[in-house]
Amino acid sequence: MIVAVASGKGGTGKTTIASNLAVCLPRPKRLLDCDVEEPNCHIFLNPEIDTTERFTLPFPIVDETRCNGCGECSVMCRYNAIVTLQSKHLVFPELCHGCGGCVEVCPENAITEGQREIGSIHTGTHDHALFVQGLLDVGQALCPPLIYAVKRHTATNGITVIDCPPGTSCPVIAAVKKCDYVVLVAESSTFGLHDLRLAVDTMRKLNLNFGVVINRVSSADRQVAEFCRNEQIPVLLEIPEDRKAAEAYSRGQLLVDVVPGFRELFDRLCERILAEFHHS
Amino acid sequence: MKISISSQGWDLDSLVDPRFGRAAQFLIYDTEASSFEVISNSQNLNATQGAGIKAAEIMSHRGVRVLITGHCGPKAFNTLKTAGIEVISSAEGLTVAQALDKYKSGQFTTSNSPDVKGHWK
Repeated sequence: MIVAVASGKGGTGKTTIASNLAVCLPRPKRLLDCDVEEPNCHIFLNPEIDTTERFTLPFPIVDETRCNGCGECSVMCRYNAIVTLQSKHLVFPELCHGCGGCVEVCPENAITEGQREIGSIHTGTHDHALFVQGLLDVGQALCPPLIYAVKRHTATNGITVIDCPPGTSCPVIAAVKKCDYVVLVAESSTFGLHDLRLAVDTMRKLNLNFGVVINRVSSADRQVAEFCRNEQIPVLLEIPEDRKAAEAYSRGQLLVDVVPGFRELFDRLCERILAEFHHS
Repeated sequence: MKISISSQGWDLDSLVDPRFGRAAQFLIYDTEASSFEVISNSQNLNATQGAGIKAAEIMSHRGVRVLITGHCGPKAFNTLKTAGIEVISSAEGLTVAQALDKYKSGQFTTSNSPDVKGHWK
């Protein structure tokens, strides 16, 4: 079973939920941090990293002596990473998504592929469970290929938890795709509700099973809970606003280890997710 | 010789579109024939990335020798330069007709470099 932890809005508590959930779930289990622009689960889990590999993406290299300037490659490339200008051509590696389409369509076999480094993959263990994170290099913009590479570590048995990037764009789609269940973390505010709606629309479009965790709940603002009730979305857990939780978080500690009552909250969340999954 | 002007409309009285890659239209003026055609740039308007690169490629395929626009970023500039197209990126606020007159009377200065940053690294 693959459980993704996502949100619309950033800063709602994805990493907190993912890392605390990961320690409470039954074994066998593993955690994949796919928030590759800012993977933060390691701060709370302190995994031992055994291997670090560089991740590369292919980009086209054109053999000028074979190119006849036909332009098939630039017609093919929807990312405008390769253009032909009569007898010349230009390649923009930083725009290339590495699909290899230009290599396939070139009638003169003039295109080969080079490799460019865009990030790294760190693999290790936390409490005897596999931990993997992707880390995009500073200045790079293209996350999905690195996210897919991290997701190749998904287990065939047991539970894989995936910490997703925020938002609803390509990196999030890459992270939640083919997951069995998505936990959407929302905060109960007008802004939180706005972005939760976007995330819910995205999950529905992708035909994914999902439920909501409402984080930092105060009694005053019930709009997210009401939205979920009206939309018949299961609320898996409501986490109360708690200064002790904020303090533990600021020290990089797991809430389930140090904040009274949180172990029980997350045990309940585990049960709910497993039940929702078996129910679906 | 063909001169291309990024245009917000479909005739000579239209305002120059300050954007190059995501311009609404291009008015391509043929100095020998004293006539023009206007081409839509809607495909590039909706491109996820590299609109300037693609627009520059279209200019090259159309045989354009001079491009007049408002602003030009680094990738578009590089592509236009490689294609041997003269770039003038100081026509914001003018109509297409005014820009053409200004070019013909030699009052524009050719751009030696992009005048805005790229949208993408």
